[in-house]
Amino acid sequence: MLNYHFDWSIITSGKYFDWLVSGLKTTLEISAVGIVGAFLIGLLIAVLKMSHFAPLRWAASAYLEFFRNTPLLVQIFFWYFGSYKILPAAVNDWLNNTNFEFAAAVLALTIYTSAFIAEDIRSGILSIPKEQMEAARSAGFSYLRSMQYIILPQAVRITVPPLVNQFLNLVKNSSLAMTIGVMEITYQARQVESYTFKGFEAFTAATVVYLTLSVTITAAMEFYNRRVLNPQRG
Amino acid sequence: MIKFQGVHKWFKALHVLNGIDLHVQKGEVLVVCGPSGSGKSTLIRTINRLEPIDQGTLIVDGMDLSHKKTDLNKLRAEVGFVFQQFNLYPHLSVIRNITLAPTKIRKTPTKEAEEQAMALLERVGLAIKRDAYPTELSGGQQQRVAIARALAMKPKIMLFDEPTSALDPEMIGEVLAVMQGLAGTGMTMVVVTHEMGFAREVADRIVFMDHGQILEEAKPEEFFKNPQHDRAKQFLKQLLSPMH
Repeated sequence: MLNYHFDWSIITSGKYFDWLVSGLKTTLEISAVGIVGAFLIGLLIAVLKMSHFAPLRWAASAYLEFFRNTPLLVQIFFWYFGSYKILPAAVNDWLNNTNFEFAAAVLALTIYTSAFIAEDIRSGILSIPKEQMEAARSAGFSYLRSMQYIILPQAVRITVPPLVNQFLNLVKNSSLAMTIGVMEITYQARQVESYTFKGFEAFTAATVVYLTLSVTITAAMEFYNRRVLNPQRG
Repeated sequence: MIKFQGVHKWFKALHVLNGIDLHVQKGEVLVVCGPSGSGKSTLIRTINRLEPIDQGTLIVDGMDLSHKKTDLNKLRAEVGFVFQQFNLYPHLSVIRNITLAPTKIRKTPTKEAEEQAMALLERVGLAIKRDAYPTELSGGQQQRVAIARALAMKPKIMLFDEPTSALDPEMIGEVLAVMQGLAGTGMTMVVVTHEMGFAREVADRIVFMDHGQILEEAKPEEFFKNPQHDRAKQFLKQLLSPMH
């Protein structure tokens, strides 16, 4: 028989609860900055990849292939353990006084996810009939304005479902930040477990946090897609 | 208003425009007809430079399209284009389809642009559809909105690329009526169409094209009564009695 004594009180109040809440806060911060950043960079890379100017296309392709085809964990380690080695001492001093773990983790997650988002947005854009671009250009819109007012608003609608996936991946991947000492929810759950040996409760808490975040993002995007992007479908 | 001089264009090995010389006067309604693949769509698409030309000169509203420095966006704002497949913006309501370019390009205040759009919708008989989305409209209605959208920029020239070819027969009349009304206002129009009734009644001049060349250029009555070129005769015969 199992002789494990469940003690849910340790994760619902007191010191360990506070740890978990602070972990949740950090996870939310990483996710929020990461989602916004990855979306904007992804959009930029997608547009560059379709540029008429070949060097911009090459640069975008290189970016995509590089960051999609190396493991996120390696990228996190690279930014955290590698990047500062080639920076001037003054910059290093400054970095040491800031929350460098957090910055490195967010940077890695943002860049990694932006590569996938760029490809999703690009296929969304490519799925818009080329006649839409012709209609926009015929009205006198420049290429970029045509993108802004006519192509992207339509492409984004198509891109919402794959974007949700990328956002969820980003939230879940943020757990890797614990490997460089970012005190997000997985890190804190691990801490609670080491101090209390209540691994079941601690990681249940982390699980519930990720699940709640993911379901909330999915529901919000679904709502946005239905009410804001496709009002005509009610 | 529009002047082609020795214009050539190739799609790879295909010589789609083969030495076009054509002059369209201000206020003139020119109908371009010819068998499919004759180059007539390419011809009309060169006028707002949806297709660049490879050789010759093309001057539209005083702007030289063969010149690299010509501001294409400025040119296109002055030239309305109506497509065979309408190409309305599906994510925007009818009124937003019409006001988008005036508010963003001409910087017309939204309220003023909406008043002008409503006036145009009245003119094409669709005021009641102001808040509808393109997918909720019939083909004929979509094309009328597309015409209103083009007119909202107050263009000097209107180009129509087979505007009724994608429509069910019962909707062709409503679109042609709008175009006829527009011709009555003195708009300079170039219309690629197979609607010979429209050509006969509304056109000032008809151009017949085949294999990238203009084979015949005449007033409608001459063209229909007495076509000169064999291929024009054959084209008209097939168009007027397709069973033979």
